[in-house]
Amino acid sequence: MNAKNSRSIEAARFDFTSFFFTGLTGLATFLVIATLGVILLNVIVNGWEGLSWHFVFGGMEKEDIFDVNHAGVLPMIIGTSARVILMSIFVIPVGVITAIYLTEYAQANSVFTRVIRGAVNNLAGVPSIVFGLFGLGFFINFVGQHADSLLHPHNPEPIWGKPAILWASMTLAVMTLPVVIIATEESLRAIPQGLREASLALGATKLETILRIVVPQAMPGIMTGGILAVSRAAGEVAPILFTGAAYYMADLPHSLHDQFMDLGYHVFILSTQSPNIDKTKPILYATVVVLLLLTFALNIVAILIRSRMRKKLRAL
Amino acid sequence: MTERTAISNRSVGWMGLQRGHKARPLEWLVEKGILLVSMSAMVMVFLIFIFVAREALPIVFGQMNSAAVQQVIPVADMDKLAPAQLRAYLGLTAAQFAAMDQETKKTLMEMKVEDAKESSTDKDAAVNTTSWRYLLLPYQWTGYSEPKLIWQPVSQIQKYNIVPLLIGSLKATVVALLFSVPLALGAAIYVSQLTSPRKREWLKPAIELLAGIPSVVLGFFALIVMATVLQKVFGYQSRLNAFVAGIALGLAIIPVVFTIAEDALTSVPRSYTQAALALGSSKWQSAWKIVLPAAIPGVFAAVVLGFGRAIGETMIVLMASGNASIVSWNIFDSTRTMTTTIAAELAETVFGGQHYRILFLLGALLFVVTFVSNMAAELVINRLKQRLEGKR
Repeated sequence: MNAKNSRSIEAARFDFTSFFFTGLTGLATFLVIATLGVILLNVIVNGWEGLSWHFVFGGMEKEDIFDVNHAGVLPMIIGTSARVILMSIFVIPVGVITAIYLTEYAQANSVFTRVIRGAVNNLAGVPSIVFGLFGLGFFINFVGQHADSLLHPHNPEPIWGKPAILWASMTLAVMTLPVVIIATEESLRAIPQGLREASLALGATKLETILRIVVPQAMPGIMTGGILAVSRAAGEVAPILFTGAAYYMADLPHSLHDQFMDLGYHVFILSTQSPNIDKTKPILYATVVVLLLLTFALNIVAILIRSRMRKKLRAL
Repeated sequence: MTERTAISNRSVGWMGLQRGHKARPLEWLVEKGILLVSMSAMVMVFLIFIFVAREALPIVFGQMNSAAVQQVIPVADMDKLAPAQLRAYLGLTAAQFAAMDQETKKTLMEMKVEDAKESSTDKDAAVNTTSWRYLLLPYQWTGYSEPKLIWQPVSQIQKYNIVPLLIGSLKATVVALLFSVPLALGAAIYVSQLTSPRKREWLKPAIELLAGIPSVVLGFFALIVMATVLQKVFGYQSRLNAFVAGIALGLAIIPVVFTIAEDALTSVPRSYTQAALALGSSKWQSAWKIVLPAAIPGVFAAVVLGFGRAIGETMIVLMASGNASIVSWNIFDSTRTMTTTIAAELAETVFGGQHYRILFLLGALLFVVTFVSNMAAELVINRLKQRLEGKR
């Protein structure tokens, strides 16, 4: 549509209702973006002074996590990164392979595929706290306790049957599985059918076609899905509340069955359980800045990759 | 889709063997591996349904009993009981039971009656609070002047009435929807129909960036900044309440409602708008009278998905709602929702106990609610897409 033409039509017949409602919806848009701006500005302005080299790269020297002068978030950054990396190791291969199966192998319109697709889509809307319940009920109380009774039958202390970084990562992996599957499926379906046919016509087998032609073409989409999953998981707190996050730990997690400290959970503790909220406000704000930087950086990378991918597809 | 089925039929055959083809056992293995991995992923998906339900089932079927005191059997009825029943009632092992004569047993029964008289002046101690009647209906507890709905799982007599939590969830969700839906829909109409394509290109990602803020950060913002500001503006009493939580929840669901509504509005064929504009309508008139009615199922779906997201959100409500389980429809009262109850209480429960199972019941309930709303929304969107694509 030609913008110039439509403008001249509007100019020809000025309609007050149209003008008013265009302004109103524009105001709604502005309000939403302004709220986002206010939140970010408030966090950055208040958090900036609390940020220091020592805060970001310093550990907890004292047991009191509310001690303003000795606060450091390095253990939380490491804990959050560790759980997110572990999660990616589980979820990305499984999610990508499942998506490949669903788009390339499964019968496109069979009842089976539709049920699976419906289940995956619905899983994306299940509240994160329910995943926390699942993690506790399945990973810790079922898998973990059975592993304990098999591996260490004479050990009274549970080793696997308690909250641990492994279980937190697995819970998050289950939660982000639909994100990865849906993104990968979409990018696989965007690959023109002609490319597959050309490859098959040249004598490549189906698997060769998938691995050498389809997946490399879909790589940007798969990466976006992975990054979106990671950025969503990095900020989630509800699923790890009872599957692995610790209030305080003197040490970093050394093995898969250790608990860990987490940035998001730390924000929660600092803002709800502080004995003197005014005094601990600087470290609270600074922690929020670190968390936001982490998740936003990931989001922006995902957006950049997506826009580059779109340009590439247009060129095809 | 006919080409695709033709392609997939090619690799059929034991170990990939087919007439005129080279044997490729490695490829066959890899393809079976793909099948195995994706099947296990799907099993995982269904395990979630099963495991959350499994932990809640004893409550659903009324197999748990929280009664602190057993029913007392009068001594005269002793002969009516079968030996096994009597043994269970007296709490004896088989060997002890066999060694006792009738007189000792009778004395034991008398002692039980005496014990019951002394210990439980509270009639509620004999009540099984995990049965459906006590989960849903008001009951006059000892010390209360009227029947009440009470959630009080940590007390002498555990009271598990879930109605206060349902009301809490509903209140916060309704506030969130009332706040966010007009804003999100207005923005969706503006971005998809009224603004120029160039502005659209940066407005859309800017609004979607809101989805990138972790919910714990929104909760923190509601708790530290919004609660104080809103209290000054509206002048209500408790600083943290369903209203603050609802507004913060609204911020979380704006991107959800916006994205889906915008998608639905954009998927209305361009020719509709062009026809309206050619007939002399303004952009707003074409958006309001032509595009919106065509996309209304999608807008409905956006609201339903927003509802599902709001009712399941945990951290925001946990931090901003005040967490008192009061039965009240006043949105300015402190509130406790289903999600926050799970988050706040699960860590302290005994594995497999009544409290633990009731929290799983709440989880299963949340699961069902979001599942149904997702299904409904998805169905509506698919129908809409089909209809619009068919007409194109």
